[in-house]
Amino acid sequence: MKRSFVLVIAAVALALTAVAAQAGCPTKGVKELTGAGATFPYPLYSKMFAEYVKACNVKVNYQSIGSGGGIRQLQELTVDFGASDGIMDEKQKAEARGGAALHLPTVAGAVAVVYNLPGVKRAELKLPPEVLADIYLKKIKTWSDARIKAANPGVNLPATDIAVVHRSDGSGTTYIFTNYLAKVSPEWKDKVGNATSVNWPGDVGGKGNEGVANSVQQIPGAVGYVELAYAKQNNMAWAQLRNKSGNYLEPSLDGAALAADQPNLPDNMEVMITDSPNAKAYPISGFTWLLVYENMKDDAKADAVAQLAWWMIHEGQQYALPLEYAPLKGPALKKAEALVKKIKANGKPVLN
Amino acid sequence: MQSEPQAIKRALGRTLIRSSAGKTRTRDARVINLGDRVFYIATRTLASCVILLALLLVGDLFRGAWESIGQFGLKFLIGTTWDPVARQFGTLPTIIGTLVKATIGLLLAVPISIGAALFITFYVPKWLRPIISYPIELLAGIPSIVFGLWGLFVMVPVIRVVQIWLKAHFGWFFLFDGPAVYGVGVLSGSVILAIMVVPIITAISRDILLTVPRLQIEGMLALGATKWEAIWKVALPYARVGLVGAVILGLGRAIGETMAVTMVGGNSFDLIHSLFDPVHSMASQIASEFTEATYSLYVSSLIYVGLVLFGITICISLLAQLLIWRLSKGKVAIFE
Repeated sequence: MKRSFVLVIAAVALALTAVAAQAGCPTKGVKELTGAGATFPYPLYSKMFAEYVKACNVKVNYQSIGSGGGIRQLQELTVDFGASDGIMDEKQKAEARGGAALHLPTVAGAVAVVYNLPGVKRAELKLPPEVLADIYLKKIKTWSDARIKAANPGVNLPATDIAVVHRSDGSGTTYIFTNYLAKVSPEWKDKVGNATSVNWPGDVGGKGNEGVANSVQQIPGAVGYVELAYAKQNNMAWAQLRNKSGNYLEPSLDGAALAADQPNLPDNMEVMITDSPNAKAYPISGFTWLLVYENMKDDAKADAVAQLAWWMIHEGQQYALPLEYAPLKGPALKKAEALVKKIKANGKPVLN
Repeated sequence: MQSEPQAIKRALGRTLIRSSAGKTRTRDARVINLGDRVFYIATRTLASCVILLALLLVGDLFRGAWESIGQFGLKFLIGTTWDPVARQFGTLPTIIGTLVKATIGLLLAVPISIGAALFITFYVPKWLRPIISYPIELLAGIPSIVFGLWGLFVMVPVIRVVQIWLKAHFGWFFLFDGPAVYGVGVLSGSVILAIMVVPIITAISRDILLTVPRLQIEGMLALGATKWEAIWKVALPYARVGLVGAVILGLGRAIGETMAVTMVGGNSFDLIHSLFDPVHSMASQIASEFTEATYSLYVSSLIYVGLVLFGITICISLLAQLLIWRLSKGKVAIFE
């Protein structure tokens, strides 16, 4: 009697796991999907897709060719989904041959402002937004500038010249960083602007995170910006930044996740969460998005893409934290779910 | 006195001229045998493929760059602003940066390479030659990203120290009056290019110097010339066309080099004023911005940069042809 009871339990448990394993799997026989785009989430996506093929036996080929390339390939319908660290502008949307594209956020990330000041340790330096902008505008030229000193009483700031380091390759990191500067400094918005690659007022361009990090570590008095994960792995000194509520915060994944936790997120999630109103939000944070067409002609493909997206914002999220990405939570997750449910095949929603 | 290859070339030329004129006083290439005929057609087809490919490339570059050409015209070449946000593109600083880095790189590399090649060819005992040549060929096979990372982590700190010293002692000279502390910049870019082209120029120069007839050198020595005179008056004049070719190949690599130079070049879009200023180069600019170029004028402008780079390469190779032509005329005068 007892034995059969255990068996029943086991059978039920097995059935449950089977059901769980099925959630988020395509049901219409698609065995392969292709995507292309952003390099920033690539380590996470490749982990997710490696797990997805185990869970659902669907292979996802993802080419990390950059957000610009991802958008172009989506426009040309050469991929099933694109990926981008920036929002498509009106012109890009108009050129998309498959109609309206949805921006589905998958994770958030933070950009750290790193520096090389002998004697000034990690998080000892505090930078108000307008000071950071003026440093990058080359209006503040030395570390002993009165405005930096005013924000850092008690910190021994040398009279070293500031060497400003930026990314020389087009990148989502630059997009998020310049988006923040454009929000906090009208002059930056006017003179330089917000893009994956801009006309920098100064100094040195480094190729990739490694190029920026290396220049910052080598040049005394340098300041730069890199992805949080990269700054952590290389033990770099990063600055505390003042957010919109006036709190100074170190870059962190929690801070990035909280940046997404704000009351006025739009339903389409086409929003930059830099300079978030949340009191505990780290100000230079941003989403990375999957780009998918809202209405697809191929029924089976639409189903597969929607299931994949659903899996990525649920089961897939467990891989985010270990790889230094902030998982979706709260309102951001709810809105992302609603967006995935909007995916249609010939006008009919594929998930319910 | 006439060297053997030239005699063969003349004889061949005679055959071809006559056959094309339709007169078959000597044996016509077309009727020698079927195998030759087939081989001739096959090679001709393959050769036309190469030309076709080059033409297609030019056509495609023009097509891709058309939007930008329409927008900026030739002003693109003298514009000094590269601003993807304001949709304003000009590439003069990058052209200058590329040419300056390649030129300084060659100035550093050529004496080293030719010196090394002369040493390997004329001074090293035969059994030692491969032991010295092998590492040089090995250097030529190292991927440029490895040079780049090595440059960034190992070379740039050294260059920085040198730059700071130069600025402290010779800062009054405009070439040394720049941001020495950056380390990355024109000088680092040039040095890494020099290191990368040395193996190529050395390997080719060595092979060319080895073709200098031993008898001529020995004849010179027998007449009482010193080794220096034999090299200076016989070997170098004999080999100079080939040596120029080797240098041009090195220049080609230096101008088209992408990865290493972008890692140590500083990649700024401003005009350079000193040896220490950071500056972009054309090939690395295309490589680093293409992936994130999000609108068509941007992509088109990057392709335009590619077109300009192609144009510069063609100009250089034409100049090289001219130089070789003049040199070889001189050589004929010496040897006939």
